[in-house]
Amino acid sequence: MTALLVRDLRLAFRAGGGFGLGLAFFLMVAVLVPLGVGPEGTTLARIAPGIVWVGALLACLLSLDRIFALDYEDGSLDLLATAPMPLEGVVAIKALAHWLVTGLPLTLVAPLLGVLLNLPAGAYGGLVLSLLIGTPALSIIGAFGAALVVGVKRGGLLLSLLVLPMYVPTLIFGAEVVRRAALGIGLGTPLALLGAITLGAVAILPFAASAALRANLR
Amino acid sequence: MSIWEYANPKRFMQTTARILPWLAVVAGILVIVGLIWGFLFTPDDFKQGATVKIIYLHVPSAMMAINAWGMMLVASLIWLVRRHHVSALAAKAAAPVGLAFTVIALVTGALWGQPMWGTWWAWDPRLTSFLILTLFYFGYIALWSAIEDPDTAADLTAVLCMVGSVFAILSRYAVNFWNQGLHQGATLSLDKQENIADVFWVPLVVCITGFVLLFVTLVLLRTRTEIRARRLSALLSRERRG
Repeated sequence: MTALLVRDLRLAFRAGGGFGLGLAFFLMVAVLVPLGVGPEGTTLARIAPGIVWVGALLACLLSLDRIFALDYEDGSLDLLATAPMPLEGVVAIKALAHWLVTGLPLTLVAPLLGVLLNLPAGAYGGLVLSLLIGTPALSIIGAFGAALVVGVKRGGLLLSLLVLPMYVPTLIFGAEVVRRAALGIGLGTPLALLGAITLGAVAILPFAASAALRANLR
Repeated sequence: MSIWEYANPKRFMQTTARILPWLAVVAGILVIVGLIWGFLFTPDDFKQGATVKIIYLHVPSAMMAINAWGMMLVASLIWLVRRHHVSALAAKAAAPVGLAFTVIALVTGALWGQPMWGTWWAWDPRLTSFLILTLFYFGYIALWSAIEDPDTAADLTAVLCMVGSVFAILSRYAVNFWNQGLHQGATLSLDKQENIADVFWVPLVVCITGFVLLFVTLVLLRTRTEIRARRLSALLSRERRG
């Protein structure tokens, strides 16, 4: 399992993997939105939680099709499926690798974007915390979507159509945490619900994703 | 004699061929009677005037939009557990019908909302969850059409339907959390003191029954088409081989 994780991380960092791209895209969103809506600080501060979360969502989406597609094309996915390790474990490790190269960096640079978007000072803790708890759900849901469309040529658009509706609960609770942090209200409830979604997704979706992979590899 | 006998496509085709005309006629009569009764022979609401009559289209289609997804979920489960092809094809056949009901519910809702709430669209929880339901329907239909091998497509869409149901329900409650609603509370329940008045209730129930039967008719019809299409492609590939 560790070997697979290390291999996936190496592939992501070298060989022009999507590692930097997601971050760059995240930054682009934070630059483009103020250019679009105007530089007034109060407007930006109001929409900042939503923008950061939508940006994180889209940045995650960019690299999803790489989770399984490359391995499917060169046949290593067949090897992984026949390996002694359960396919559910493979899915979980690959989602973890995806999170380590997209979700975690996004969480770390998010405060920087908060500065650009004039996020109120009290909200930074909530922002980092919500992304830290919420982005693993994005990766595992995305891995499920990627497993569904792995056999489809150029499945990128289809992937986003399938995955984005499933991101709705995470987005709502994530942005709500940041919004409440900005207003200085208690953020226990949305944070707990966000954590519940992440834990539930991590517990159930590897099984669904490996069922989808088996159907695709048959 | 068990229900599983209808998993045999031949039995299914024979039986549905016999009941389908009757079902279609009854569904048509109920929908027409219910709508004419509702539109022409019920009094106007004392606050909402004549606009209240759109309820006879709005409520049944909204109910069927959700029930259609529920039926797809059950059919998908049966496919995953018992591998009956008719079941998978029925789920496939139900999706566009459910999508149509969802769109009808959204459009009639907008037409009703404009005079009553003063807006075509509001980010009300129910409206939002219906929009999300539409997206789920789109994704489901797109996945069916994207995958060539029919069995793989059936497997994948069945898994998507099950996971999608969980997330659709989650979204439903998440949007409740996110915004307060404009919709009224439930007024059709059997156990509440304050319900809709009987003059409105009876034609509404006729309409709902009609829409249920209409849905069943359409799904059976489309399933028959799917079975025929499957037979045709099997014949064609046999011809190509032979």
